[in-house]
Amino acid sequence: MAQGRAQGRARVTRRSALPYLYILPAFVVMAVVTYWPMAFQVWMSFTDYGLGNLRQDAPLPNFVGLENYIGLLTNAISIPNFDFFRMLGFNLWWTFSNVALHVSLGVAIALLLNAKGLRFRGVYRAIYILPMVIPQLVVANIFRNMFDPDYGAINQGLAVLGSLFGVEQAAFHIRWIDQIDPPIPGIPLTLSYFALLVTNTWLGWPFMTVVASAALQSIDKEFYEAAHMDGASAWQRFRHITLPLLRPAMVPAAMFGIIWTFNLFNIIYFVSGGGPLRQTEILVTTAFRLVNEQRLYGAAAAFGVYTLLILLALTFITNRISRATESAV
Amino acid sequence: MRSSAQAPAIGVRAPARPAAAVSVRGQRLRQLGGQLLLQAVCLLIAFVVLFPILWVVSMSLDPRNISRPTELTIIPPGASLQAYVDVIQRPTSNPVSLPQLAINSVLVAGGSTLLALALGVSAAYAFSRFRFSGRQWLMLAIVAVLMLPAVASLAPLFVLLNKVQFSVGDISWNLRNSLLGVVLAIVSGALPFAIWNLKGYIDTIPKELEEAATIDGCSPNQAFIRVILPLATPALAVTAFYGFMSGWTEFVVSWQFLTNAENFTLSMALWGMTGQYADNTPWSKFAAMAIIVALPVSVVYLYLQKYIVGGLTVGGVKG
Repeated sequence: MAQGRAQGRARVTRRSALPYLYILPAFVVMAVVTYWPMAFQVWMSFTDYGLGNLRQDAPLPNFVGLENYIGLLTNAISIPNFDFFRMLGFNLWWTFSNVALHVSLGVAIALLLNAKGLRFRGVYRAIYILPMVIPQLVVANIFRNMFDPDYGAINQGLAVLGSLFGVEQAAFHIRWIDQIDPPIPGIPLTLSYFALLVTNTWLGWPFMTVVASAALQSIDKEFYEAAHMDGASAWQRFRHITLPLLRPAMVPAAMFGIIWTFNLFNIIYFVSGGGPLRQTEILVTTAFRLVNEQRLYGAAAAFGVYTLLILLALTFITNRISRATESAV
Repeated sequence: MRSSAQAPAIGVRAPARPAAAVSVRGQRLRQLGGQLLLQAVCLLIAFVVLFPILWVVSMSLDPRNISRPTELTIIPPGASLQAYVDVIQRPTSNPVSLPQLAINSVLVAGGSTLLALALGVSAAYAFSRFRFSGRQWLMLAIVAVLMLPAVASLAPLFVLLNKVQFSVGDISWNLRNSLLGVVLAIVSGALPFAIWNLKGYIDTIPKELEEAATIDGCSPNQAFIRVILPLATPALAVTAFYGFMSGWTEFVVSWQFLTNAENFTLSMALWGMTGQYADNTPWSKFAAMAIIVALPVSVVYLYLQKYIVGGLTVGGVKG
């Protein structure tokens, strides 16, 4: 029915110039500020474009072929401690560890807020929404100061807690951001990774709770009543009713979270700055450093091309997962 | 409400047991215990959520002009608004006042949002309602750009916008080193997002409404202006707010492009005040600044929260 109507409309408008007039302004602007820079970026990525080529009367940069692309993969870039594949690996681990934590916390807290007879539900809902509402950039800057070893609220708060158990204050001079040795032997994750994880989890779970709460409220109560009659335990009800019915809402939210967290510049740049020794650097922060600090515009252009390819692959995979779970339900 | 629905079930079961009264009391006790446990967990979460917020608010009120806090307090002794006064006069060591920073942020956020919305809504309408040759390819061109974070194409934007410069006598102007340049660089990513998000919403508006208008003699242009635009107001508002929010806290482009202090934005100034060694800024000033940057958008977000989450999921999941 809808198909037929669409085709009927198509016949009417096929030769009309009207649709093109509607999209023209947007595409003229995008041609100048989006597509032309992207084409220029591809050209730049094959050159040694640098600071010297910026002046108006500067000579054109040299064509260097695939040098930038190869240099980035073999770590022949003039950034100390640069390691492309370690960074990519960390970027992926950062993304999945965050999203897994946010989704499980989000669902758990949504269930808590949905608990039968919970008092002050409205108050808690109002408070729990706050991390979502405050701009990420401001939160990142605040947490940067909170993780300060000398004056930060985290160490001071831990010291207050510790004093209850008779632990000395000096034990809580934790260098969250700068400590190089990994806190857990054998696992190559620095303390700053955990600081970042705490920051981003503080920010990230409320979104998942909002999504899960909406899905929980749309589950028909009769399912639970029927299961209760049949003698299903609370765990069985959760496992066989709640979880399958939450999945259609949580999977797209998780996929959105994956792309979002993968590109999360603000938290990494402001809280840890990618440190120590670039152990917590991700693609977007490195891209910024290549331009802002190293001024290697050619290499940065090549890096942008890699970033796009990696994101295309990631989006492709997340879409496949979304669709696979859709058909499974 | 919920507990009263529970009550008959207990009533029905109770007579089957010998000591009905004891069982009901046991039930009550168990409910009370459960409630206490729930409250404890909820309070703990509320504490974790509020801790950083209280810390910053408390610090911003600290009048002692100590550069770094050494203890945790909720309301510092002799709380005052002096830090706010200091920040409004001169937030950083740069010769730029807070109102100027705020105006720059509004220009960047408002300018990029207006441009993206005005250009985006008609394109979104065309993609949603017309079937024309090349439609799918053009839509693909938009979706492909959506994936690219702004920072990935920072280098070409910087180089190209830097080429647009002239100097007449003493006056020299560089598009890259101007707020307009920052706006254009943001629009490069904000416009495709606006088109895609608005298209997702317009797709959900029933076609019958326009068809009725067409039968009543509306041209497609009139149908767009009189039917679609009013109906798309919620999506326009959400997209506008989302664009404004990301422009308000934009950092990457402005930090890279702008070198004159009078063009700096709020987020740039905030970063200049963060960290232990930042400019010898007392943390009470940093805290006041953080609150000034966050408060306006947070309050609006809180107010619009329901629509924003809904608006994003309509565009995001079903687009």
